[in-house]
Amino acid sequence: MSRIDIKKTYKLFIGGQFPRSESGRTYEIKGANGKFIANPALASRKDLRDSVTAAKSALSGWSSATAFNRGQILYRIAEIMEGRRDQFVNEIIALEGGSAKAAEAQVEQAIDLWVWYAGWCDKISTIAGATNPIAGPYYNFTTPEELGVVGIIADQKDSLLGLVAAIAPVIATGNTAVVIASEKRPLPAITLSEALATSDLPAGVLNILTGKVSELAPWLASHMEIDGLDISGADPKIESELRIAGAENLKRIHRFNKSQSPQRMLAFMEAKTVWHPIGV
Amino acid sequence: MDKNPFEYAPAPESRALVSIKAQYGLFINGAWVEPKTKDKFATINPANEEVLSKISQASDSDVDRAVKAARAAYLKTWSKMPAKERGKYLFRIARIMQERAREFAVLETLDNGKPIRESRDVDVPLAAAHFFYHAGWADKLDYAGLGINPKPHGVVGQIIPWNFPLLMLAWKIAPALATGNTVVLKPAETTPLTALLFAEVCQQAELPAGVVNIITGDGATGAALVNHPGVDKIAFTGSTEVGKLIARSIAISGKNATLELGGKAANIVFEDAPIDEAVEGIVNGIFFNQGHVCCAGSRLIVQENIYDDLLAKLKRRMSLIRVGDPLDKNTDLGAINSAAQLAKIKELSASGDTEGAFRWSPDCQLPSKGFWFAPTIFTGVTQSHRIAREEIFGPVLSVLTFRTPQEAIEKANNTPYGLSAGIWSEKGSRILWASKALKAGVIWANTFNKFDPASPFGGYKESGWGREGGRHGLAPYLKGAK
Repeated sequence: MSRIDIKKTYKLFIGGQFPRSESGRTYEIKGANGKFIANPALASRKDLRDSVTAAKSALSGWSSATAFNRGQILYRIAEIMEGRRDQFVNEIIALEGGSAKAAEAQVEQAIDLWVWYAGWCDKISTIAGATNPIAGPYYNFTTPEELGVVGIIADQKDSLLGLVAAIAPVIATGNTAVVIASEKRPLPAITLSEALATSDLPAGVLNILTGKVSELAPWLASHMEIDGLDISGADPKIESELRIAGAENLKRIHRFNKSQSPQRMLAFMEAKTVWHPIGV
Repeated sequence: MDKNPFEYAPAPESRALVSIKAQYGLFINGAWVEPKTKDKFATINPANEEVLSKISQASDSDVDRAVKAARAAYLKTWSKMPAKERGKYLFRIARIMQERAREFAVLETLDNGKPIRESRDVDVPLAAAHFFYHAGWADKLDYAGLGINPKPHGVVGQIIPWNFPLLMLAWKIAPALATGNTVVLKPAETTPLTALLFAEVCQQAELPAGVVNIITGDGATGAALVNHPGVDKIAFTGSTEVGKLIARSIAISGKNATLELGGKAANIVFEDAPIDEAVEGIVNGIFFNQGHVCCAGSRLIVQENIYDDLLAKLKRRMSLIRVGDPLDKNTDLGAINSAAQLAKIKELSASGDTEGAFRWSPDCQLPSKGFWFAPTIFTGVTQSHRIAREEIFGPVLSVLTFRTPQEAIEKANNTPYGLSAGIWSEKGSRILWASKALKAGVIWANTFNKFDPASPFGGYKESGWGREGGRHGLAPYLKGAK
């Protein structure tokens, strides 16, 4: 008799822990072939608020870590993902369908994207900062800094690449994030969170929720402790609703087309300019 | 101190330098036109309530005319012109503004109420410098690190406040034109005159018709401009309240926007600060331009062990502030810009009294006509007081204390605003540590309220979106480089 395999319980990733939804809810995920795959957690508003608290708590430590240190941790995420390559490939095939080759390509691109952003951590300030030649006896410089807590609605189709394209640039610059994974294809996101948990990434820097985008996104947009919003994965039909909710604390709200661009980092950074007199 | 030891003879600047028309039309497509409704409103001198001129109230159809003129100018002229030539127009404008600097300064002081010393030495030279600075960018955008061959948005709608009327115009128009956009600008209702004089400068510079359009009016005119479908991008400086309204309006239209909004800046004085310089910086931080400054250092946060000494020196210095005729070259503190603003300052100050803070002002005589408010400090202020949380936008300073540097940062950051902050200390490592920890877009260390076209300006959090000035200030005016 063949061995009965061990199925995984897919849970949320909040503050470095893997809790079920506090609501006790789950929802059914079916594969591309229509067959049952898993019952991941159906995150609630409370789970989202807990995630924001975790992200806010992690912010000062992560943003004051050296850029070199952040770069090493992002690179380590790539290392850990590489070791789980097959798991990601299998989940993508199961959820998205398509060829093994396409799934492999997506996983490879996602891993390489971590490496790309890992290298950016200690370079973005050089590129985007400036020493400003002002007309007076003052030293004046501008440097980009992390924005704060960023809410991310991840791409709904490319369940792994779209997710990494959104989260890597946000945390590379010292932000922390609350992420809503692809609603119908959430499994690679949860597997990624297991990789994150073993990558020296401090607890709370990334918090990943699974559930209904239509339920969670408005709470993400209106939460006053969230400073920015990547709505790349949101249905365009709810975009103006999210932007109106986000206006309450003037969130920086962006939708991106490219998966690999310094703009994805700069959009969630704030330029700070410092003046000091020069004199003897 | 019973009497001001520094008595000065009056030294008024001549107002014969300016000729103000009895009434003004709208500047659309390079010419003066009457508003469709013929509605006019008065603009007054806030120092004596004298009516200076009658200003046109632009209606929706006037806004439409202006936007169409800007679109036509963009399509036919401005977007086709080589960048090098575009830049030359900005250089011309800068030079004409310098030539007519004193005229602009007097007019600004008449319409706004700010001391001539400030309009002459700060507003006008900085405004001209902004055009000169951005003129040079026009043909160098490929090197700005904002993408290859970056493109303008097209027509930009710009709305500016009354606190630095000409300077805010320059902050808006100079980068917009340098990056190849055309402009419809609405100056504030209470301070339209220098913008209307700027329209003459555009004519003298032979700027192609429609590249800059100046329309006057109230909030309804501004709303019509924000909501006009022909406007590709909005640039606004003003209150956070209106900024949020704009953010909601463009949530539906999908327009781009830069917003420069309110502030409640902390000015932190550490125990090792150079006290005399700090006192000058505190005074400049809150009493510059009557405190009508979004980045004003309106919360003084002092280390407890130097509080008594600092406060005594601050009060002594405040008693030397000369309040009065804005056209007098000796005046330090001019008129409050409007009756409405004066009422707001009085209301918030009254809340300071009722909530338990202690008010102090030097003994100073205020003119009987016009809108005036004595330089004021509140001590015993706690973080929950309205005067510690809300932007007063007047010459009113709230004083708080701290024991540890961490406490200073926590208090400083305890606000939804994040425009600016001040640090006073002789210790380099502490300054850099505090600069990093403060959540504000502009940090002045051992100085305050300094501005320069090359220096990016703009806020964190609810103080706005985007930066103005420097390389960073070009990005919001170019597509794909946001």
